[in-house]
Amino acid sequence: MTSRRLNTWLISGPPLLYLVVFFAVPTLIMVLASFRYPGEFGGLAPLVQRGEQGQLVVNLTLENYQRFFSDPLYAELFVKSFWYAVVTTVLCLVIAYPLAVLIARSHKRHRDLLLLLVILPFWSNFLIRVYAWMIILGPQSVFAGALNAGFRLFGFGPVRLLFTPFAVVIGLVYVHLPFMVLPLYANLEKHDPALLDAAQDLGANAWQRFWRVTFPLSLPGVFAGAALVFIPAFGIFAIPDLLGGTSGIMIGNVIKQQFLDTRDWPFGSVLSMVLTVVAVGLAGLAAWYARRARAMA
Amino acid sequence: MSRRSRWLWLVAILGYLFLYAPLAIVVVYSFNDSRLNAQWVGFTLDWYRRLFHNEEMLGAAWNSLLIGVSASVVSTLLGTMAGYAMYRFKLRLLPVLVVAPIAIPEILTGVSLLIFFVAIDLTLGLTSIILAHIAFCIGFVAIVVRARLAGMDESLVEAARDLGATPLQAFRLVTLPLIMPGVIAGALMAFTLSIDDFVITYFTAGAGALTLPLEIYTMVKISVTPEVNAVSTLLMLVTLALIVIASRLSPGALRAGG
Repeated sequence: MTSRRLNTWLISGPPLLYLVVFFAVPTLIMVLASFRYPGEFGGLAPLVQRGEQGQLVVNLTLENYQRFFSDPLYAELFVKSFWYAVVTTVLCLVIAYPLAVLIARSHKRHRDLLLLLVILPFWSNFLIRVYAWMIILGPQSVFAGALNAGFRLFGFGPVRLLFTPFAVVIGLVYVHLPFMVLPLYANLEKHDPALLDAAQDLGANAWQRFWRVTFPLSLPGVFAGAALVFIPAFGIFAIPDLLGGTSGIMIGNVIKQQFLDTRDWPFGSVLSMVLTVVAVGLAGLAAWYARRARAMA
Repeated sequence: MSRRSRWLWLVAILGYLFLYAPLAIVVVYSFNDSRLNAQWVGFTLDWYRRLFHNEEMLGAAWNSLLIGVSASVVSTLLGTMAGYAMYRFKLRLLPVLVVAPIAIPEILTGVSLLIFFVAIDLTLGLTSIILAHIAFCIGFVAIVVRARLAGMDESLVEAARDLGATPLQAFRLVTLPLIMPGVIAGALMAFTLSIDDFVITYFTAGAGALTLPLEIYTMVKISVTPEVNAVSTLLMLVTLALIVIASRLSPGALRAGG
């Protein structure tokens, strides 16, 4: 072995080994678990058993996948979670875009501060950020009271805000917003202002300049942000758990339930597998679009 | 231009308001002399006083600290090695394994580690949480360190080698001091991520250990009380302090991590 190869292994070996043992292997065990039988008291049934004649029997099955595909309930939950994540992504984009434009076009001296102000809430505990909305949307809150007083003027009955899909989407947008602002800003910052001046000289109005210059150029940032928001939003369970009540549950809640409450690990693994495939597939698609958009720009 | 920028400012102010008003509400109510997070009744420090007499909460805080320190020390070491290896050598597997835990939904890391720990017969508790936290922190440290290395002047290392330093000496005397701010920023980031983590901890904690986020989750699930506001406010202060230190040490680190 040359000394360079030895060095490579000495330096990259320990972290590689750690990530193989505590990330790659657990992931593979989960893949395998999705083909196994559930244990009598939850968890997993033994993989290898002595059969009646003393022969070794390997217990693997496709039943868990069959169950997933035969009961429309689970596919519907995936579709529902998908739409929650899509609505969240779109709302994040709409809110983040003006913020990112403002930061990118502000004076260099202010840029870092404005950006830091976007990231800062992201560093506060995730549960605290969700909890804040439990206060705001809760029935006793000043905000809900004022809103409902307004509704009463128009003859509406009081509207419940907390424990609804509406609350889930607000929570999802709130928690994921910085993930959209950052890649958008990183992209917008690089735009050459001369392009906008050129468009203006050629007679484009503000609306045209945005839709025909700024927005197409920012597509890589849009796709990167969309992937960063969509993937975690799709698999989340704590936000629907705290803000959603019974009507707002998502696929993450069912996965949590399969692992910790009903303890049907094989089926929980099937749901996790489908989640992985869908999430990674969509992220790959976004990455591919982003690369294509960059190539065209 | 000015009408346009005024419109932009308005939207941006609304955006910042949306980001900060909820957190401000949590802080304000932590000083409110009422069990309900509704009307402002009067100023009190009662909720903080109560917090410091809550044995369960103090135990959870101690666990979080213990987990955060152990996980950040180990993940900083491994993450720095990973970041350096990714910068110095052409590797295929390591970059994938570094980014994958960050890229997939957290719940997947949580459940697969749960199955894994049960499969190897490890009792769920502090140890399993620490092992899990190291796994997801390595990637963040590696990315920050790698970013720092990319900004380093490579000719300094070459100069040290020309002057007769061994590769190890060159690393210890030139590279390491230069990337130190990145390493420290990575360590602080790992610590913050660890004490803040809820999802992966939730699956790997078992009945054995309680951390601050788990305790907050349980409290919030049962009822919303100002005690949660108080602990949240304190936790925000700790995080803020760490961020300030990290950004002083390595201005680019926050962006690399976010």
